[in-house]
Amino acid sequence: MKPLDGIVVLEFSQFMAGPSAGLRLADLGARVIKIERPETGEAGRNIATKNMYLDGSSLVFHTANRNKESFTANLKDKEDLKKVNSLIAKADVLTHNFRPGVMEKIGLDYDSVVQINPKLIYATVTGYSRKGEWIAKPGQDLLIQAISGLTHLSGNQNDLPTPFGAAAVDMLCGTHLVQGILAALIKRTKTDKGAWVEVSLLESAIDFQLEIFTTFLNNGKKPPLRSKTNNAHALLEAPYGIYGTSDGHIAISMGPFGILLNILGLSEELHDLDTFINRDELKEEISNALQKKSTKEWLVELQAKGLWCSEVNNYHQILGSEEFKELAMKQEVKLLDGTQFHTTRCPIRINDETLLSSKPAPRVGEHTERITQEFNI
Amino acid sequence: MKPLEDLLIIDFSQFLSGPLAGLRLADLGARVIKVEKKGEGDLSRTRYNSNLDLNGASSIFHSLNRNKESFEADLKNQEDLDKIKDLIKQADVVIQNFRPGVFERLGLGYEVIKNLNPKIIYAEVSGYGEIQSWKNKPGQDLLVQALSGITDLTGNATDGPVSMGLAVADIFAGNHLTQGVLAAVLQRAIKGVGCKIQVSLLESIFDLQFEMLTTYFQDGGADTIRTETNNAHAYLGAPYGIYKTENGYLAIAMASIPQLGLLLNCEPLLDFEQPAVWFSKRNEIKGILANHLLSRTTDYWLGCLEPADIWCAEVLDWKGLIKKNGFKELGMIQEVKMTDGFTYQTTRCPITIDSVNFRSGIAAPHLGENTKAICKEFNL
Repeated sequence: MKPLDGIVVLEFSQFMAGPSAGLRLADLGARVIKIERPETGEAGRNIATKNMYLDGSSLVFHTANRNKESFTANLKDKEDLKKVNSLIAKADVLTHNFRPGVMEKIGLDYDSVVQINPKLIYATVTGYSRKGEWIAKPGQDLLIQAISGLTHLSGNQNDLPTPFGAAAVDMLCGTHLVQGILAALIKRTKTDKGAWVEVSLLESAIDFQLEIFTTFLNNGKKPPLRSKTNNAHALLEAPYGIYGTSDGHIAISMGPFGILLNILGLSEELHDLDTFINRDELKEEISNALQKKSTKEWLVELQAKGLWCSEVNNYHQILGSEEFKELAMKQEVKLLDGTQFHTTRCPIRINDETLLSSKPAPRVGEHTERITQEFNI
Repeated sequence: MKPLEDLLIIDFSQFLSGPLAGLRLADLGARVIKVEKKGEGDLSRTRYNSNLDLNGASSIFHSLNRNKESFEADLKNQEDLDKIKDLIKQADVVIQNFRPGVFERLGLGYEVIKNLNPKIIYAEVSGYGEIQSWKNKPGQDLLVQALSGITDLTGNATDGPVSMGLAVADIFAGNHLTQGVLAAVLQRAIKGVGCKIQVSLLESIFDLQFEMLTTYFQDGGADTIRTETNNAHAYLGAPYGIYKTENGYLAIAMASIPQLGLLLNCEPLLDFEQPAVWFSKRNEIKGILANHLLSRTTDYWLGCLEPADIWCAEVLDWKGLIKKNGFKELGMIQEVKMTDGFTYQTTRCPITIDSVNFRSGIAAPHLGENTKAICKEFNL
């Protein structure tokens, strides 16, 4: 038994934010049907990392769209649109991330669709919400990172604005979409009515930064300044950062500062300095001292005294470790042609069970016929 | 009516991940009672950003704990523990993010709570999930980032490990916990059963990297290599990155290199015709582009690229952002008020339902502010 058993989701969404939400809903038990254009399918099938493809679609597509079905329809064709409307009448949730105006033109905007299915949860992802001067701008992860101030948090003071090296805003926005959909489904159990759930990449990017943006708003609008070296968080004090050692790196976050100075053999007088105001000077001293021993040696000494610190892994180290195996985060997905690939599983555990699925991403239109018969459309 | 009205949440969590989940659920309509340690409270009350103190607590605490109530209790005192148990009997959700074993030692593990309240939804955040040998490691964001390999994604090739400058593991874990709790509340509404929901910082930060990890599993475990300059994603080709202009910075996402060459009047780019080389020669392409973009202003380049629908944007800091109409129109900032009259500004919930934003003017509580009233109301 999974919590969303019986829930049917129609996914018109493309790329990352919407599909990552669909994936989560699927792993939680929902049946997710992608509505794709005939032949080419959704545009994300052609966005690839390292030019890697499987079975005609990019590996990224396979990652975000496993555990789903595919129904093809030309939304500009009346017959097809009629079928889609019949599907909508029987669905619980619809998601899309078209730019404002596109669904209106097709006749699948909220006001039209609610006539077909008053209980439907209609969920949209936009770049910049549905109003305002930016609505026509492309809503893409890196661009939203750039606009939202997020690129002034990572890297050191003299570096260029440094974006997070992952589609973190897309991913976060996808989690917010899932939250909104689930909240609306909960409300539906009480009211028997559907709802229109909206999220946008920009609002999610601001929410991402809520604690430090709140600091900014109440601190005389002083912009965050990254530390000169070893920055790991623009608004936190020394020692918070990643440092070089004689043979690698070490991350140090918190702990009794006097004890840290002691172990590193640094002057007690540094203890009088303010760890935030004087962090550049302190970080320089700490950084120099840490060069003298290996990561392992420092970890033993620092951890024994209650300092919060850790080694810094690359993918080989962590993904090859016993601990990663123990976490059981990796699962196998089987493609139609019999080949397989590995990906990560849903990060949520329920009643001590992980939520696994070996069902692959669908080929374009793979389930059109079956769904047509099953839903009698 | 808000979607989670009538839902009562007892939240024992501290710092970021758990309280973030509580905040989202509160904004969606739930009533959230924070159970805080007598005399000390949530440790994040004194975990400061930029040394900023707002009426006795940090801005971190204030941003994450608005719209909640505070119940002060000494869980090692039997009388207080009994009160808490009585409160749990009347609740729908319990949230906790103590280190593994601590909650159980206090006499409040899932089994105990399920006996008190069989339909309870029990939600837990840990640092490292089921990894037994890491049970006693501090579940702290920077350490989780360092362990997870994510520090090889941000910054440039020769920078060494670079963390993402936000508590990303905490934030994603809190959001995943919220998803789990909501799925469980829906299940309970339909099927009448409670359950246990668990997330961890480490599993959540791996989920954030799902495209890179899947690529790593599939490409035979190749090294993660960031671009030499202007890196924005180790696994994507040029031009993906942020570039310096004459007067600022410009972000360019996916685009055809020869088309960029034409639009920007940058002839050397015309030679890179095959999409495959946009990845294999990305360092060279980014170098050419970086050099070329220095010669004119951000606005000039936007004027070349935007009409052709190239995915690009100017790079703003917060000062620049809050002046823009596009931002003001979102209404993302709200003012909240503490019971003693102190006010501060913060952000609102990022989700909109039926064209309504979820706002709340209620600020974070002082420690134990609601203890008496809650005792009376719930007959504790």
